[in-house]
Amino acid sequence: MNKFKDIKKIIVEKPLKLDCGQTIKNYPLAYETYGKLNGDRSNAIMIFHALTGDQFASGINPITKKDGWWNYALGPGKAIDTDKYFVIASNVIGGCMGSFGPSDINPETKKPYGTNFPVITINDMVNAQYNLLDYFKIEKLFSVIGGSMGGMQVLQFVSNFPNKSLTAIPIACTASHSAQNIALNELGRQSIMADRNWQDGFYEEQNKQPDKGLAVARMAAHITYLSKAGLQEKFGRKLQERDDLKFSFDADFQIESYLRYQGSVFVDRFDANSYLYITRAMDYFDLTKKFGGNLSKAFEKSNTKFFIISFTSDWLYPTSENRDIVIALNAIGKNVGFVEISSDKGHDSFLLDVPDFLNTVKYFLNTSYKEIK
Amino acid sequence: MKKEFYNIAKLVTQNSKILDVGCGNGELMKYITENISKDIRGIELSKSNVQKCVEKGLTVIEGNAEKDLKQFPDGSFDFVILSQTLQAFLDPENVLNELLRIGKKAIVSIPNFGHWKVRLHLLLKGTMPVTENLPNEWYNTPNLHMCTIKDFENYCKKRDIKINLKNLMFQNFFSELGIFILEK
Repeated sequence: MNKFKDIKKIIVEKPLKLDCGQTIKNYPLAYETYGKLNGDRSNAIMIFHALTGDQFASGINPITKKDGWWNYALGPGKAIDTDKYFVIASNVIGGCMGSFGPSDINPETKKPYGTNFPVITINDMVNAQYNLLDYFKIEKLFSVIGGSMGGMQVLQFVSNFPNKSLTAIPIACTASHSAQNIALNELGRQSIMADRNWQDGFYEEQNKQPDKGLAVARMAAHITYLSKAGLQEKFGRKLQERDDLKFSFDADFQIESYLRYQGSVFVDRFDANSYLYITRAMDYFDLTKKFGGNLSKAFEKSNTKFFIISFTSDWLYPTSENRDIVIALNAIGKNVGFVEISSDKGHDSFLLDVPDFLNTVKYFLNTSYKEIK
Repeated sequence: MKKEFYNIAKLVTQNSKILDVGCGNGELMKYITENISKDIRGIELSKSNVQKCVEKGLTVIEGNAEKDLKQFPDGSFDFVILSQTLQAFLDPENVLNELLRIGKKAIVSIPNFGHWKVRLHLLLKGTMPVTENLPNEWYNTPNLHMCTIKDFENYCKKRDIKINLKNLMFQNFFSELGIFILEK
């Protein structure tokens, strides 16, 4: 893992019992921070990334040389203002940006774990990331924020550590992964596993990469992050650098070319096994399970102030599923705000320049911060 | 700020837990937050109004009072405020029941259809009254269930709802707006 030698990480010595039953210890957790921790350590925000995100939320990712995934929201003077707040972002376990993941070397076999890596859950991810609070000696976070799978981690964090964050902003997420979302993830996994180069998950030791399978998984998933109206407006039936149809299976349409491009750049930065493990973690996510189907009970012990945000054109994590979280919190008299932002950019809206969304985050954080100062 | 809002704000007590149903652009909530109680939140249907509340740093839940009040437990607020919206609901009786279930007290204001100007308008002109508080024509008014202060009092009596109202006949004739505290 030489390419990760210059990135920040902690080695978590404390054993972590995973939901699958295995215990891990002395594992790496890669992180990045933005802004400065203030004197009384009261301005810390932990952000959680989505399926294919990582700890490099803002600025330039030093590994991929691409923009951070949350450049619109995070930075000096932005919605999550790093002139004001100290932001910690880490790579989830199971990931492929320096945290403990399936391409790490198994000390017993001296080979990459591959599919011998333990199946992890959102709960495991959050429990691992909690160690960063101890590392930075933070008694209480000012906020936990995340979209999509990041939002699931926000919900899990508040449930596991009820009074470790003053505020919480789960965005475009759900408390319980739906059948449709499990189905879409399964499509991606089957695509990877159908690639001959996947080799039952032990492709690295054979110097192979299931790029085709991973690219198709990304293409399919990418469609689910957009909306029909957004796609129609951006691409319609426009042709790709040609005047007429070619009567072949080349990428005649711009949308085809766009998806192929999205697939091809994705395989350069993401590990196929990580994709399997992380989508599995999302599918296993059901915060109500431990509480007999009653979501309210997951938050009973918490005094965290919530603000929940959904998007009109998000059909992957629709408003109704976000509103279920609002209802569960209201049912037990918790402090919660909720906004559905108008946007035709689909699920991806939370990553994009959607001013009403960014303003909502900004005003909520700033008002809450004023209350403690 | 509207005079009505000052009058409503006078009725809520210091540091009480308040829900403003149909909180609009958050003007009343902001005044109460700054002067009376920080423990206030609102429900609002219009997206542009919700954004205005967010910009004021208020806790707002985007939603529809006719559907979304049922998620709150019994007696979860000291006061539930409903300003000049009752007459616009499809089922105002259900909304009133919900207000009295989730609030220990409900503060409700209604435009009074019994005001002398309204009566005179209908009597002399023979057309549906258009006044400052009732600015719309019959074909574009959001108001589905107009009533007078007297109608409202009769309703409360019939349903055993306690209502603070003095000088009914005077108010029903001279008040453009009725503001009441209701209790079950």
